[in-house]
Amino acid sequence: MATGTRPPRTARTRLAVAGARAATVGSLTAPAAGRRVREFLFPAVLFLGLSVALTGLAALIIWAVVQGGERVNLGLVTNGPSAINPEQAGYRTAILGSLWVIGGVIVLIVPLGTGAAIYLEEFADRTRWYHRLFELNIQNLAGVPSIVFGILGLAFIVRGPLQLGFVAAAGSITVALLVLPTVIIAALEAIRAVPSSVRQGAMALGATKWQTVWHQVLPAARSGILTGVILAVARAIGEAAPLLLVGAVTFTMADPSFFEGSYTTLPVQIYDWARRPQEELRTLAAAGILVMLALVLAMNSVAVWLRNRYEQKW
Amino acid sequence: MITPRRIAAASAGAGSPRRPLAASRPRYGERVIRALLALCAGLSVVVTTGIVLSLLVGTVDFFRVVPVTDFLFGTRWAPSFSDASFGVLPLVAGTANIVLWSMLVAVPVGLSSAIYLSEYAPARLRKVVKPMLEVLEGIPTVAIGLFALLFLRPLLEELLPFLPWRTPHSVGVAGVAVGLMIVPLVASVADDAMRAVPRSLREGAYALGAGKLTVSTRVVFPAAISGIVAAFVLAVSRAIGETMVVLLAAGASPNLTFLPTESVQTMTAFIGQTATGEIATGTIDYYTIFAVGALLFVLTLMMNMLAIRLVRRFREVYE
Amino acid sequence: MIAKKWWSAVGVGALALTLAACGSDDDTNGGGAGALSGTVRLDGSSTVAPIAEAAAELFMTEHSGVQVPVATSGTGGGFEKFCHGETDISNASREIKPEEAERCEQNGIAFEQITVGNDALTVVVNKDNPVDCLTVAQLHQIWAPDSTVRNWSEIEGLAVDFDEPLELYGPGTDSGTFGYFTEAINGEEGAQRTDYHNIGEDDNTGIIGVEGTRGGMFYVGYTYYAENADRVKALQIDSGSGCVAPSEQSAQDGSYTPLSRGLFIYPSSTALTRAEVRAFVEFFINHNEQITAVVGAIPLTAEQKQEMLDKVEQLAGAAG
Repeated sequence: MATGTRPPRTARTRLAVAGARAATVGSLTAPAAGRRVREFLFPAVLFLGLSVALTGLAALIIWAVVQGGERVNLGLVTNGPSAINPEQAGYRTAILGSLWVIGGVIVLIVPLGTGAAIYLEEFADRTRWYHRLFELNIQNLAGVPSIVFGILGLAFIVRGPLQLGFVAAAGSITVALLVLPTVIIAALEAIRAVPSSVRQGAMALGATKWQTVWHQVLPAARSGILTGVILAVARAIGEAAPLLLVGAVTFTMADPSFFEGSYTTLPVQIYDWARRPQEELRTLAAAGILVMLALVLAMNSVAVWLRNRYEQKW
Repeated sequence: MITPRRIAAASAGAGSPRRPLAASRPRYGERVIRALLALCAGLSVVVTTGIVLSLLVGTVDFFRVVPVTDFLFGTRWAPSFSDASFGVLPLVAGTANIVLWSMLVAVPVGLSSAIYLSEYAPARLRKVVKPMLEVLEGIPTVAIGLFALLFLRPLLEELLPFLPWRTPHSVGVAGVAVGLMIVPLVASVADDAMRAVPRSLREGAYALGAGKLTVSTRVVFPAAISGIVAAFVLAVSRAIGETMVVLLAAGASPNLTFLPTESVQTMTAFIGQTATGEIATGTIDYYTIFAVGALLFVLTLMMNMLAIRLVRRFREVYE
Repeated sequence: MIAKKWWSAVGVGALALTLAACGSDDDTNGGGAGALSGTVRLDGSSTVAPIAEAAAELFMTEHSGVQVPVATSGTGGGFEKFCHGETDISNASREIKPEEAERCEQNGIAFEQITVGNDALTVVVNKDNPVDCLTVAQLHQIWAPDSTVRNWSEIEGLAVDFDEPLELYGPGTDSGTFGYFTEAINGEEGAQRTDYHNIGEDDNTGIIGVEGTRGGMFYVGYTYYAENADRVKALQIDSGSGCVAPSEQSAQDGSYTPLSRGLFIYPSSTALTRAEVRAFVEFFINHNEQITAVVGAIPLTAEQKQEMLDKVEQLAGAAG
């Protein structure tokens, strides 16, 4: 055996060596009984950690059901708000407003998010200096607090160049801009995960860049992009802070439309009613939380189904 | 397009002088599409510029009246009082408290969940638990805030009566709630990082007789460290930017303290309360929104750049 | 292939939403009796909002062709939009400030202050607190900017012995309640000690705090006290002529001073030229008892009503 020759010290090798050393030392020196105890305790501790999260979730759901359960009836979602009869008030206008806002968000983020990701990953010149700036910029935007987007929306979308006024469209665009970075990052990851062999095969058969992307890469990255979109939508539905600044009204009895008319959304409505002195309105707020929980569950189920259906294994 | 004529032409030309491999006709459609896609990417730059612009004017107006040092290093935040004071440190302390308490919850719980799910959990359990964590992630922040204020706070007073509870708001309770909310984020990013560790590393260690504990802690965890640190920094970023939970559960008293039972005001809560409050626009009170917003933006920017640098530094592990 | 199906699903969804929108538009334009139609936009104070919402709803049951959305951007936020011409009526729990009035003037918006309700700013304490009445001077001593009072026993001239740490709760500094209380008790708006528990937007937490703390004290609008009279106690206030308890009566006849205040709406003269806006404002004044009863607020007196109706007529006439 040749002595003195060592494998190149890549990080991978380092880790493998460290792991091997730990494994050998562990199995040779640890007393068998102690080791078995540790092997049992460790996953127990981990499971304890996990159960904290699950208990928290359960506690929240149970609390919401106890607080707001008595108000759960069909009227909760079919009635509009009512100042005179709080026992009969419902979330119809808020649900419609939320649907409008989310609809606009989806229509905006799917093409814009996927388009940006495709450009950055497939078309852009990666050696240019501004490419890294693009990615840095998107990652920063993903972390900007939502309230700052509210300031942006008020300045440029409600007033400023777009001058839309306090309508659902303005709220929609503001929230879309807020969640767009999430979608772009998810789409980037999904597109990167597509093996280059797929692309190269298409090119070898004479497809153009765009044809490759449209017919091969995008369908392959579909599941990851969908996951990103659904995550973004789930976040968008729960947003209240930026919409407060952009004019989501708290009391409107008219069903809203997209480009005109006042609107409100579920979280904004809940936030308002939770702070009123009347007991019935606070119960109504808890019932609203149940409505939102139902929505979240529905969306997550759709997400899981979509993911399982379209998942690609390489 | 591959047509029989082209194939024939190609094979016929096999022996003749080569023609350059260019497109037989210019692809305008491709160029248009490429331009459109570039626009999509450029939108993000437009958004950032917009944010900077919308914050800049108010901030400049603010610093015309209040010296920068007073703002950054002052310890008394009382912009709407008759003896006004504009030291932002109490707000920063409020945000820091939230970050502290939320990380104390989110990091252990999130990491434990991630390690358990990726190394120990049987596939069926994983299939059930993962969606449950995703539901936790999707719960609207309004709900979490009300839960913290109306359930967690009384509960913690009952469990820990020896603490000096003085007010229904409490930064510790709000922080714990924010932490609970962030757990899925930490868990999923850490989980992705650990799953990306090649199986060969694990299997090698197992082959040498290591138990799961050793493999998880001495092989997988160090290998995934870059992703785990990225998860941590993302979580901190999220905690800094959280508005709704702190609005409802942490209070509105700018308080330079580190006691978890005190009520504090975070930067985000201040902006939320003031921008939807009853301040006359055009006054110095109004410009505080932009100054604090700008500070918030700069802080999250710094955090994100740190995260990116950390990830890049450790990323060359596998490529 | 699947991508196509997916896109078409998105397209169909968008189409469905659009059709639904067109459908709902028709509903709002259907006229009721009186053929009044249009939109009356309100924005502003969250204290006035519940009353405005009740008024809006009652008005809309009579005039189904009119929409009256009520937003709560805060008194200051409401004025900002009002002076930009973006709203028809601004709700306010304090009077308009000179800077705000100037901006409205710059943009050519004339307005009038219409009182739509009275409020008795109530000082609430714990039910076990033996103190029943405080003078304005004592309140000032407690809440002054340089105050160092930390215990109830330190209050000058207190009629009973009460040795309990003082826990102060107060509304957000950007609320009209804060502005009004500080001006009335400490002489200057915004003049108050800063070491109190600021409960921000949610007045309910102030009530919870006082309920659970023996030495607690909180000041809040009358509606919040009235809804929670079984949980906290309201102090009587003595401004020189005896202890007066906050009530509908004492707020209306002015005996509960200095903490009785008006709740206002500011319609613009341009808006009042529209029939539906004028009808709404007059409805608000004429049906005041019914409206305030819905949320437990204190209605206008008869003289106030007449005064306000005259103002509306004057403002509408001036613009028309």
